[in-house]
Amino acid sequence: MLTFILFLLPLISGVFLLWNKSTGLAKTVTVLVSLVQLALFIYMVSVFRQDAAALDYSWNWISDFRVGFHLGVDGLSLLMTGLAVVISGLILLATKDLNYDNISRFLGLILVTEAALIGVFTAKDAFLFYFFFEMALVPVYLMANLWGGRGISRITLKMFIYTVLGSLLMLVAFVVLYLFAQTSDLAELAKVPAGLRPGLNHLLFWGLLIAFAIKSPLFPFHGWLPDAYSKSPTPATMLLSGLLSKMGIYGILRILVPLSPAGITDFSGLVIYFAIVGLIYGSVIAIQQFHIKRLIAYSSFAHIGLMAAAALTLSPSGIQGSVFQMVAHGFSAVGLFYVAKIIHDKTGSRSLVDLGGMALRAPRLAVLFLIVLLGSVGLPLTNGFVGEFLMLRAVFDYQHILGIIAISSIILAAVYLLRLYQKTMFGPATPFTENIRDIGLNELVVLVPIAIVIIITGVFPNCLLDLSSYLADTLPLIK
Amino acid sequence: MYPIIVLSFTGLLTLFFGLNNPRSKTILPATAIFLVIGLISNFADWNAPGSYFNNMIDVNNSIIIVGSLIILSALFLVLLSSGLFEDENAHPAEYYALMQFSVVGALIMASFNNLLMLFLGLEILSIALYVLTGSDKTNLRGNEAALKYFLMGSFSTGILLFGVALVYGATGSFDISAGTVLGGAALPSKIFFYVGIVFMLIGLLFKISGAPFHFWTADVYQGAPTLFTAFMATIVKTAVIFSLYRLMVAGFSLEYVFWVKIILVAVALSLVIGNITAVVQDNFKRIIAYSSISHAGFMLMALTGITARTFTNLAFYSASYVLATISALGVLIVVSRNSLKDGRPNENVEVFNGLFKRNPGLAVVLFISMLSLSGIPPTSGFWGKFFVFTDAIRGGYLWVLVLAVVMSAISLYYYLRPVVASFRSVGDETPVEVGTWQKIVLYSLTFLTLVLGAAPGLFRGLF
Repeated sequence: MLTFILFLLPLISGVFLLWNKSTGLAKTVTVLVSLVQLALFIYMVSVFRQDAAALDYSWNWISDFRVGFHLGVDGLSLLMTGLAVVISGLILLATKDLNYDNISRFLGLILVTEAALIGVFTAKDAFLFYFFFEMALVPVYLMANLWGGRGISRITLKMFIYTVLGSLLMLVAFVVLYLFAQTSDLAELAKVPAGLRPGLNHLLFWGLLIAFAIKSPLFPFHGWLPDAYSKSPTPATMLLSGLLSKMGIYGILRILVPLSPAGITDFSGLVIYFAIVGLIYGSVIAIQQFHIKRLIAYSSFAHIGLMAAAALTLSPSGIQGSVFQMVAHGFSAVGLFYVAKIIHDKTGSRSLVDLGGMALRAPRLAVLFLIVLLGSVGLPLTNGFVGEFLMLRAVFDYQHILGIIAISSIILAAVYLLRLYQKTMFGPATPFTENIRDIGLNELVVLVPIAIVIIITGVFPNCLLDLSSYLADTLPLIK
Repeated sequence: MYPIIVLSFTGLLTLFFGLNNPRSKTILPATAIFLVIGLISNFADWNAPGSYFNNMIDVNNSIIIVGSLIILSALFLVLLSSGLFEDENAHPAEYYALMQFSVVGALIMASFNNLLMLFLGLEILSIALYVLTGSDKTNLRGNEAALKYFLMGSFSTGILLFGVALVYGATGSFDISAGTVLGGAALPSKIFFYVGIVFMLIGLLFKISGAPFHFWTADVYQGAPTLFTAFMATIVKTAVIFSLYRLMVAGFSLEYVFWVKIILVAVALSLVIGNITAVVQDNFKRIIAYSSISHAGFMLMALTGITARTFTNLAFYSASYVLATISALGVLIVVSRNSLKDGRPNENVEVFNGLFKRNPGLAVVLFISMLSLSGIPPTSGFWGKFFVFTDAIRGGYLWVLVLAVVMSAISLYYYLRPVVASFRSVGDETPVEVGTWQKIVLYSLTFLTLVLGAAPGLFRGLF
């Protein structure tokens, strides 16, 4: 029941905010819902440590099809749900003080997205998973279109069609599996592939993989990403990079690995190659960007590539690393995009050419930006390091040469991110940055928690690794 | 069975309402009440399955639900039409009477047990619609559409009748299950029977606008007044798909291997032609026309793998299609009335420009209906699609499924065009006025779409 409430609360309050017009009420509701969600989640963790089964919620959704509205958590789900709760809360906090029209509706859409994401991360039924997987895109699409810049409709249309095509292939795979199992419970579906012909198994693998590869996105399915990330309003971008991209990696771990073991053994090597190509490719392109949001977008794309590669090595350290990195990247991506938004609001520019010398004028921003940025680079003592280290080790163990190539991405990340920092914060001030003021309480409320999380989970990674180690029991590891 | 009698009678009664004053204000509420009476009378047979008129009409709970769906769609359309027929050339009494007759035809088609009743129902349904298509006498396109629809429609009913005659010749009976007597017979003695099946399929595929018998659809949909376009797209399609179901599953199930090939060809062609052609259309009604062709393809998909659930699946698909199509065309009715082009309501996609600013409620209705038509959660359209997919895969036709999926992705392009237009900011931000009843109908349709999307079990539990 607790899981269901965690899902229902943002949904109901989101729908309410879509009707509501008062800005003040919207802000109050947002803060309250975020806090209640956080409290609920913390309570959920304590329940989980005693009895995970108590968190199951099941309802006979379509009884003659044996499709259930089945929510439940294991270690991975719990971690991702927590990420969704905390990150959405931070995004809501960040958004409520931005100057958008109809802010109440904007916040409502974010809450609906949060509900869909919690649904994705806790669904224990294939069609329920699919339902939320698709549903999460709808509010983001609306957000981008209603508050985005010029030319956004064409970009979001591309994103929408792209991702829906992928998801539909996943639906076909689910329907095929359903036909054999006569139920869509994920635990039951996982028993099906053992009895299937290898050819069918391979088809299932590709159907599922393409869905997740487009959503994440992985190389070469990233065509929609740069424009969609850079032209969407920042809260939508934060949702896309911080949370929606994680649905892809989560899907690989939760859906692809158990449901297509033969495909994994035969093709995961190929996918890892492509993911590593994406990692290097994204990093190299990020180096050449002058548009801040595009730069962060490519950096996000590169990180996702490494997460997918590590997850697909299926070694314990790879899986733990990529799960850990999903959390870490969630925080740092949201932080980076938020800083980009702050810089844009203060200076009116998103181009590195126009910026510089902000560190002296906005020291608080500079410090927090540096922490978030170093977290993304993967400096030791930040949470980025733990994840990157585990993942790179896994890739290195998988194939040495691949590991060596992948490790070079750390250097590339340092190059493009430090270049970003240098061009914005250091150097002489420009007309754009001469008269800016430092960030105030509204921004600190968002950035300080992010910085604290980055450092704490970097110094004491065990608090998260501990949780994700539950994963080892729940995920069948195939070798 | 009762609504057939009730609505035939009230249809005649409606004609008298326009006797003194052709544009009397009482006609619309009276028609709405008549339809409600018809709806209630429909449930007189609830839990009392049986047959009427010497075994010519079949009644059971599933048929009653389909009948209710048809009557409800008509009710929604009648309520949507408030304020629509106010110009001097209009004859609302006749329109509403014809709509009721048409509904009678649809009800017969959904419950026939005898091939002659099928023909009778189809003709009652169609002849009323030929007239309604041309009801706007000042519209040249409407006249063209009516003539096209009439010529091609009567030709196809002729083919259907030929098919009926051949089946009768082969089996010696008009009964729907007549084919079973030929069950084990050798091929030479079944030639007429097979030809009969093919001809009947052609006749019905024409009516459901399944490719390759779809050529009339776009012109007729575009030319007809929008309200009757919605009528054609929803009620006719529901009636015909269920008569196809009865015919193929109840009547000719022994010949499954034979007719499934024809259905498969029709599915593939409908999906490809419908979706690809819709991409290049500018007129919203033409888009809906081609979308209706592709939806015919999806509905026919359910017939390729028959299970005990197929009927429910089709009912769900029809329900969600009806809800979405009526609300999409309802929004068009409301919006296009305020925006004229060459003296006629502008029905191009650009009419939706800036709708999110001009009337957010309508824009949301349009958005949800388009999501439902393209099958995106959390709308009912998604489940409809999923249910027919499970049927197709049970027949073992994975390629149909993959084709359908690719075409669904393409369909998003044209379904989202009106939505994208509604986001576009234009200088003109005059609010769009909506009548009370239209508002109620459109909002409740959207609400139902979302409810069926969140809890599809509610509807399936009825069967």
